[in-house]
Amino acid sequence: MKFGVIVFPGSNCDHDAYHALKHEHGIDTTFIWHKDTELGNVDGVIIPGGFSYGDYLRSGAIARFSPVMNAVAGFSAKGGPVLGICNGFQILLEAQLLPGTMMANEQLRFTCKFIHLVCQNRNTPFTAEIPADRILSIPVAHGEGNYYADDDLLKKLEDRGQIVLRYCNEKGEFTPASNPNGSTGNIAGICNDKGNVVGMMPHPERAVEENLGSADGRYFFESALAHIASAT
Amino acid sequence: MQVDIVITLRESILDPKGKASHHALENLGFKDVTAVRIGKFIQLEVDTDDPAKAREIATAACEKLLANTVMENFEIRLPDSTTT
Repeated sequence: MKFGVIVFPGSNCDHDAYHALKHEHGIDTTFIWHKDTELGNVDGVIIPGGFSYGDYLRSGAIARFSPVMNAVAGFSAKGGPVLGICNGFQILLEAQLLPGTMMANEQLRFTCKFIHLVCQNRNTPFTAEIPADRILSIPVAHGEGNYYADDDLLKKLEDRGQIVLRYCNEKGEFTPASNPNGSTGNIAGICNDKGNVVGMMPHPERAVEENLGSADGRYFFESALAHIASAT
Repeated sequence: MQVDIVITLRESILDPKGKASHHALENLGFKDVTAVRIGKFIQLEVDTDDPAKAREIATAACEKLLANTVMENFEIRLPDSTTT
C-alpha cells in the first residue's frame, strides 16, 4: 500500500501529510512533484494544504493546470481515492473534480483555530472509520474557505449525500457562530458523486496526536488504510 | 494590442471586500456611495492588430483561467471600442 502526496510550489502542509501517513500510520508514502505526469504505483493521493503559486489569481487556479493534475484526474476517474485538504480542496474545485467554488472568508480574516465538525457521509475512503455521532475537533487555517454552492447545487449535494463534513458547535448543532468562514450550509467538506474524491478545509494531518491538541484527524487516515486494505 | 480585462463578482454573490469597503466609506462620510463592488483588473498584451482576434483570445483566456465563471463576470475592453 502506497500513498502519494502532491507537492506544488507553495505547498506547505506536504510534510505534515507525509508525517501523518508514514510515521503516524506506517503507510509507505512518496512525494509527487507537480511537474510529474504520472503518479507511479500509488493507491491513494493527498493534495495538501498551502499556498500553491502564492494563491495568485484565485486559490488553486494555477495549480490545477500543473501536469500532475491530469494524472490525478485520470486516477480519480478510475475510482482512486483522492483527498484534498485546504488548498488541496481549492485545487480540486478549480479542477472541477469537485463541484462548487471557494470565496474569501465572510469576516475577511485568515482564521487559524480548532473547530468542531460532524461527518455526514461515512461512505467515502476517508471517513468510514469515523465513529457515529462523534463530534470531531480539528483545526482550520485559511483565508478563503467560504464554500459557495447555489441553491440548485446545494440541493443536489444534499440529495446525493455529497456533504461529508459540516461545522458545528461542541454539541453538534449547526449554528452560524460555529461556522468559521460563512460557508453555505456550514459545509466544511464534500465529495464527488462517486465518493472517491473528498475535499475538506480542516486539517486532519494537524490533529494526529493528543499532544497536538487532538487526535481526531487520525480517523481520516485510518479510514484510508482500511479502505485500501479491503480493496486490494 | 493591449487588452484590458475587468473581473467582478457576479451580482448574486456576496462581495465581503466590497461590503467592508462600503462600510468604511460610509464611516468617512461618503453618504452618496450606495454600493461598492471589488474586482480585478488584468492587462494583456496580445500579438495581433485585429481587435476581433484580440477579443477572441482574451475571452478564451478568461474562460479557461483568468475568471471563475461560476462566480465572476468579465468584461473585455479594447482600445477605442465599445466594451462587452
